[in-house]
Parts: sequence; structure tokens; C-alpha cells
Amino acid sequence: MTMKIEDKLFLDRFRVDEESHLRIINGQICMTECKGQPCLYFCPANVYRLEKDYISVNHEGCLECGSCRIACPHLNIEWRFPRGGYGISHKFG
Amino acid sequence: MKEAFDVAIVGAGPAGTSAACILAGAGVKTILFERGEYPGAKNMSGGVLYGQELARVLPDFAERKLPIERNIIESRLWYLSKEGGYNLGYRDAIFATERKHNVFTVGRARFDRWYAEQARQKGVLVVPGTVVVDLLRDGSGRVTGVVTGRAEGEVTAQVTLLADGVNSPLAALTGFRREVKPEHVALAVKEVIDLPAEVVDQRFGVSGGNGVTTEVLGDIVGGMNGVGVLYTNSASISLCIGANLADFATFKLKPYELIEEFKQHPMVAPLIAGGKSLEYVAHWLPEGGYDTIPRLYGDGYLIAGDSAMLFNAPHREGSNLAMASGRMAAETVIEALERGDCSRKSLADYGERMAQSFVLQDMKKYRGFGPFLHHHKEIFNELPRAATFAGREMITVNGVSKREKQKLIFRNARKETSLLKYLKLLWSGWRAVK
Repeated sequence: MTMKIEDKLFLDRFRVDEESHLRIINGQICMTECKGQPCLYFCPANVYRLEKDYISVNHEGCLECGSCRIACPHLNIEWRFPRGGYGISHKFG
Repeated sequence: MKEAFDVAIVGAGPAGTSAACILAGAGVKTILFERGEYPGAKNMSGGVLYGQELARVLPDFAERKLPIERNIIESRLWYLSKEGGYNLGYRDAIFATERKHNVFTVGRARFDRWYAEQARQKGVLVVPGTVVVDLLRDGSGRVTGVVTGRAEGEVTAQVTLLADGVNSPLAALTGFRREVKPEHVALAVKEVIDLPAEVVDQRFGVSGGNGVTTEVLGDIVGGMNGVGVLYTNSASISLCIGANLADFATFKLKPYELIEEFKQHPMVAPLIAGGKSLEYVAHWLPEGGYDTIPRLYGDGYLIAGDSAMLFNAPHREGSNLAMASGRMAAETVIEALERGDCSRKSLADYGERMAQSFVLQDMKKYRGFGPFLHHHKEIFNELPRAATFAGREMITVNGVSKREKQKLIFRNARKETSLLKYLKLLWSGWRAVK
């Protein structure tokens, strides 16, 4: 039986900040210019999901690896660390 | 909290905390910032540490209730195809006796917290839950402290040590290390799988708190340049899989699906059978090698550990490079403070120490290793398939003569890729690690 990403993230401890630390700078670029939309694949927390006509950002489950910041082909993601003490807290690490 | 310190350290990982311990031990007024709720809250590695480096910072670490998972007495290397693979290992009783703690596994959440606690006991002010968002500079550009995300959160220091890890928006912002490129990091995900200690003992043939590490190469990462690991903890197993981030973006594979496939591999599945996942985390590894190391020091600052891209990929060493660089940074700073000069020229000694140590010597030795893997994807595709065919043929007893089997194996290997490519692979592989 394979584990879904939702089940994996459910194992983790998050202190979620209401304000997102991730932001798509220009949502239109994702839908018009970005052919590959690789964020939908490489993000290990499935933060980026394709909705009908935009890509949603589900920052609550972000594992803070930084990949989207540098691997977005259009560098179209504004990325900062969650506020101090917020975000994921590793139990084992 | 406009307070003045001798040294401000960004990041309570192995690099920052090692530096903090040494600085405080010499009576240097040190503040250690950590963005996580507690030191270790944001940190992840496969989970091996090295006793010799730790002992250079804390000689009596074994008496300080070090939260060790297992002492490693055997290192295995697997080269896998989809259905099976080769297993090469080295076990030695000396690693349970005289050379105990040569390598041991830890959970970073517990270890880093314990380590920062040792620094605190030595007099370091440890400040968790605090993000350093920028550096203070004077008119000449010299670093004079840090700006935290807290209200009125400026702290001045004569020297600032950047030990904030491989994912460092701060480095990119300040320009002290250029923002990393996707091809210079590996993205790894990790699951910790709960199993009773006796079960881990039985499955790995160990006892008495000893354990095994396994590094996994081959056709397990969807053809990308990547690697898996499987490390024993006290009562759990750490399973990681990772690949070059640029490959992830091109191959369109999902890390959480890769780790599920890895868990089902016939070599892996029996070892974790019946275990439940406790945690799922992700992190980068600095893979760019020697050529991506930034300048390690400047006016009022130094860089250590993952922030400085210090990682020896073929030997999977990173935490020791972090500790050693943190230690050398601290030793340099102590002398610079005594001289009353924390300029770039005065801190240049750190570069010298690093160049003369195993840290940069090893990094330099393997500077071609990253590009080698990047340019030879056959290591992750054709080669494991050819190796599997060879293994199967040689083991299968079916009345075919061995000479005939040899021919079959060579013919198959040449079908996978050309003889010239094998020779190129051997040649550039040798050049990358010699």
C-alpha cells in the first residue's frame, strides 16, 4: 500500500502562520508562459497544485527546502523563511 | 535588543554550534540564532555524524549524554536495478571497540538541540525562533551584526558567522554566496520508519547499540542523478532518496512517489516491513562541489558548513565538514579578536586553515565528481540494467557454459551502450575521484 503525500504531511508537526511565506509573483506567467510547470512535480510537499485556471499555493505543508525558489523556470516565486518558530518543526530530523 | 556581542552566529546546526562552543570556551561573548522553534527543528541529514570531529569540539561528548541512535560498524553500498542488485559491505569489530563512534547515527532534532545546549552551558546565548533576515553593515560595507525578524531586532557583533545552511536566502540577499543553481543541489526527502530495536538488530545482524549504513545507487531514481540511503537508528530506520534538483525539474518526477517506490524495492521492503512512518521531511544537499564554494570570509564575516557548500558527495560526508569549518572559523576569530582586527585580511587565516585541512583538500580532490555523475546518466540507467543481466546470468545454473554466458553478458552490455561509452565512463570516473 503506498502512502499519499497528504498522509506523509499528516505525520509532521507544523505551526502554521496565517500569512504565506511563499507567493507566486505573477500568476499569469504560470498559465501562459510556463510550459513545463515543474513546481507541480518537484515540490516534495505538493505545495503547488493546478486548479482550473491558476496554480494554488498551499504553504501550510511547506517543508522549507527552497526548491521552488530556484527551480521555477521563471523565478516567479517569492520565497522567505516562515517567521521565527513557525513552519515545520522536525521531531526526528 | 540593541546589544553588542563579539560574535553573532546565524544557524544552530553542526557548523554554527561547533563554532559557538569553541568561542564560548575561550570566553568570547557569543550569540547563536536559530530560526526553528528549537535548534534542530529545521535540520535534516541522512543522520550520520563523526566522533573525531565532535571530539575536537567536545572531547568528553560521550559523558555528556549524547543522544546517539546507533554506533555504525558496517557500511554497505548497493548498486540496484529494479528487481535486485549488488551488495558490497565492510564490517569491522574495531568500530565497536577502539574506534567506537567513528561514525554514528543521530536524529538531528534531538542531536542539534543537545549540541546547542552544550554551547549554552558554556555561556553562549542561544536564541531560537528567530530568523536573521539581513546583515548590518557600516559605510565601508563591513559586516557589523545582524538584523532579525523581531521588532527592534538588531544585534551588533565584531564578527558574524554565517552557518545558516544550504538553503540560504540571506546569502543570496547579501551576495556573500550567490544564489545556488538547481544543478548544484540535490533535493532529498526522508522518512523515519518506526521498528522495535530488536527487529532492527535482527534484520541487520547487529546488537549492543551497533548499526549499519547503506548507500544506494543505481536504477532507483527514475534515471536521474540521485542516490538513496538507508540508515539504522535505535528503534527506527531512516530512508532517504534524493536527486539533482535540475533533474527533478526536467524529469518531472515527484519526490514523494520516488520514496514510495524505493520502499517497495525488493532489497528495501523486507528491511522496513511492518514499520510505520513517523515523519516525512525534505532538504537540499550542496552537491556543486569545490567550484561552488564561495569566498569563505570578508570584512567582519565568515561562512561555514552547508552555507559554504561543503559536502563530500562520494564519501557522503557533510556534518564533519560543517563541524571542522565551524571550529576553524572560531579558532580564527579568537585570534582576530585578540589582535583587535576583524577585517578581511585578519580573517584570511580561516581560508588558510581550511585550505590546509582535509575539508578543502577532499573537496578539491572530488571537484570533478558532481559533473561526472551529471554527464554520465548511464550510471543510473543502462549500467544497472547491464549489471543485473550479468548477475542473473552468472548465478543462473542452466546448462549453458560459462564461456557462452560471458559472451551473452558482453553482447548485452554492448546492446545497452557502446564499448566506447564504457571506456569513457571508466576514464572520466577515474579522473573524477583520483
